[in-house]
Parts: sequence; C-alpha cells; structure tokens
Amino acid sequence: MQRFSALSLLGRALGGHRSWTPQWRRAAPQAAYDAIIVGGGGHGLGTAYYLAAEHRLRKVAVLEKGWIGGGNTGRNTTIIRSNYLFDESAALYDHALQLWETLSQTLNYNVMFSPRGVMMLAHTVHDVQVIKRHVHANRANGVDNQWLSAQQAKEFCPPLNIGDIRYPVLGAALQRRGGTARHDAVAWGYARAADALGVDIIENCEVSGIRRNEHGAVEAVETTRGLIRTPRIGVSAAGHTSVVMKMVGVRLPLESYPLQALVSEPVKPVFPCVVMSNTVHAYISQSDKGELVIGAGTDAYTSYTQRGGLHISAHALEAVCELFPIFRRLRMLRNWGGIVDVTPDRSPIIAKTPVPGLYVNCGWGTGGFKATPGAAHLFAWTIAHDEPHPINAPFTIERFRDGHLIDEAAAAAVAH
Amino acid sequence: MLLISCPYCGARPELEFTHGGQAHLARAREPAAVGAQDWADFLYMRDNTRGVHAERWRHTHGCGRFFNALRDTTNDQFIATYRLGEPPPAAAPEPEAMP
Repeated sequence: MQRFSALSLLGRALGGHRSWTPQWRRAAPQAAYDAIIVGGGGHGLGTAYYLAAEHRLRKVAVLEKGWIGGGNTGRNTTIIRSNYLFDESAALYDHALQLWETLSQTLNYNVMFSPRGVMMLAHTVHDVQVIKRHVHANRANGVDNQWLSAQQAKEFCPPLNIGDIRYPVLGAALQRRGGTARHDAVAWGYARAADALGVDIIENCEVSGIRRNEHGAVEAVETTRGLIRTPRIGVSAAGHTSVVMKMVGVRLPLESYPLQALVSEPVKPVFPCVVMSNTVHAYISQSDKGELVIGAGTDAYTSYTQRGGLHISAHALEAVCELFPIFRRLRMLRNWGGIVDVTPDRSPIIAKTPVPGLYVNCGWGTGGFKATPGAAHLFAWTIAHDEPHPINAPFTIERFRDGHLIDEAAAAAVAH
Repeated sequence: MLLISCPYCGARPELEFTHGGQAHLARAREPAAVGAQDWADFLYMRDNTRGVHAERWRHTHGCGRFFNALRDTTNDQFIATYRLGEPPPAAAPEPEAMP
C-alpha cells in the first residue's frame, strides 16, 4: 500500500501524479476463505478490515453484488452523532463516534470527518420535553449534548429562521462532537486498508445461495462467480438482508423502505453545522463541494426500488424552505433513494443467528452511516469470537421474543 | 406517487391511503396458548419480500376500509387489489422490464 503523507503527496505531485497505483486489487474469488462478508458497503468493508487487522484472520473476502459503496454508503446524508436515549444505544453509537475521531489516522486515508456540531430542533412543548430528556440521559451516559435556547440556536446557525414560521423553533439540542464525513472516502478507506492486509474485495459477485453441512452449519456460498467455501459468513447487506437470510430460511424483524436524499446546486460556504428537525422533518448540511445535502423521509410502503415518491422529497424541501428562507431560490441538482432495513424498535441487530457460522449486522434503518466504524468493529468481534462484544450483546434477534426492545422508535417518535 | 385501486372506490392517489404491512397474518385464536416465539413471529417477523408481496392498505381518507393488494416491490406496480377475506389472486406473470 502506498502510504499517504504530506511528503508522498508532494513527491508524486512533482512527478506529475504518474506513479500512483490502484488503491486496492481487483480480486477474483478463491476456492475458500476463513470468513466471507456479504455486502461491500462501509459496514461490510470495515468488518473485513477489523477481522484482518484486529483478529488476524488471514483469508477474508468481501462479496459485493454491484460496486463497493454503491448502496446506502453512497446514498446517505453523512450525518454522524451519538445522542441516542437509551443506555445500550448511547454505548453503541458513542463507540462508533470515538472510532470516527481517529479513523483517518487509523486508515491513513482522509475520511474528512468534520465534527461541526449536530443540532436537533424543538418546535413544540412535547419536542422540548423529549429533547431535554435526551440531553439529560446523554450526559448521564457521558455523551456530550447540550440544550440551547432558540436565540442560542440562531447564533450557532445564523441562516436558521426561529420566529415567523408555522412551527417556531423553541430551542435545540446540540452535540458538538457530531458532524459529517465523506461517505465515499469511508468505503474507499476501509477497502484500501483491508486490501493491504490481504482481504479480497470481489465486486459484481452476487450471493445466490448458502450451503450448510450435515450439522446445519454454513459451509459455502453460491455466487454468480462460483461456489466459495467458508465456515463463517457475515451478512451486512442492509436493505437486502431479508433476501440473503431467506436463503437459509431465517426470517428477521425487518421491513425495507426507500429513503430519499437530495442535493442542491453548489454555493459558497454558508451553512456551518448539521441541522435536524424531526417534527417538520428535514435534515440539512453543506458538503465541502458546496452542495446542500438534504435528507427526506421514508416512503409509506416497503419497496426495493431505490427510488421514492416525489411528494416525500417535496415535503422535506418545504420544511427546509421554511426553516431557512435564504435557500428558497436554490435549485436541486439530484435526488435518489436507498433501501433501508427498518426494525420495529428502530435499533439495529448485530448478532449470531440460529444458523451456526452465520452472523448478521442489519436493521440500521435510516441511520446506519453514523455507526459505520462501530458496527464494523463490533461485528468483526462477534464473528471472530463467535459471541457478541459486551456493547452489542443487547442487539440480538431474540430481544423481540424476550421483550427486551431498545425502543429508539418511541424515544424519537419518528424515523431518525 | 402511486395510483392505488381501492376495491370499493376505484383508483385514487397514494396520499389517501395508509400502508398496513404484510397481509394474511392471522392473530392466534387463543392468545394465552401461544408461546413467546410464536408471538414474536406474529408481531415482529416479516417476509419482507423482494418481488410480489401481499400487503394490507387502508383507504384512510376515502371509504376508510381495509383491503389487500399484490404489489411487486421491485418496481412498485400493483398486480391486483382485493377485499379482506378473499384469497389472494394468483400472481400475474412478471411485468415486462422497462425498455
């Protein structure tokens, strides 16, 4: 691997940038691996990286049916925060946030993590109570989060209109350690670092079946590029998890919905932070390219189409225009959808399955990007030790049978 | 926005409807006799089908009635809508892919 440093960049610049080599190999599948990860998004690539880097698995492959980072990793609004209500969630998401803080150094790849602050707006008395409860719960868990008055929110984000609107801003919660990162760089950084440790990243390779031995344990995956033997399979397939798990007859508490996002034409730096409003339902930040990155909601029905209804995006834009009147005449450049796998309690599953050797990391719903390093780190641990790490131990499939829901759905009252 | 054919009212825009999730899930007749795993299966586990999916809808801002539909979740096209209590019609052949 060619390491990046100021010196190496300068040296190659002087050489006209002619000596760069591809950052990962175009691997062909081998006959057998120690572990196979299904799904080449940030979560899957990160899992392979941590399996190789921290658990010393020698032969690991990532199978991706399309191209890496082409699913939800490349389709989200890149928001990173950890201010979730329940203890289990706060531990999980803050584990991820701590990994984000050093990820660029760990991978020797600039993922452009930018802790510019994530502000969640309160528009009703109910919002104020819910958000203050979150702030107190977060601080008890050692997660930074602070209550701002409407005026303080306006000072932190000057384009915000706090007064003359249908749902005036009554205050906000601010997590200063939260922010954004460059989503593609996360996939590429993990791919490059994993490849350097010998992980095979195999694109255009769709899993079509999972074979089990006489004891019921997994022994191979059937793919569009042939049969590959392995004793351990980690499924990290986001919206298509149910499709993969159906191959071994495992049903999960998941439903897949289209979630939309859109970007505006690029403008000069004008928006200093991330603003989220659950009540009027809009998420907005500005990328380093200058585009406003806007998140809309999920469609009302399950679907695998990677597109959604225009009225869903229009609804988010109406909210953005009301909160930020200066953006009313901006034009939108692109919109798209990703398929998110939603659990009934809006908390993820990182767990063993009833099938020996088969592990699943799913159910991240509308908020999986922020957890990428944490989910990958804990999923790799779970696969390597055949048991969950204490942080992800509560995030089982069985919690739905045993009644131990981690009900962030009720805590936030909307998708998040 | 989808155009949905209510079996009682005809074709109406999606905004008039509420999606009700997977269809044909029967609640146990004797709840006390059902174990935890069966309850979890009924309450939470879903087929989440990629392809032709039987699902409930409610014409909330119309007649207010529930009905079932067959919809292809790979292209969102409705294959049929039918009333509660009726068996699902045999799934129509896969619609031709868009050129």
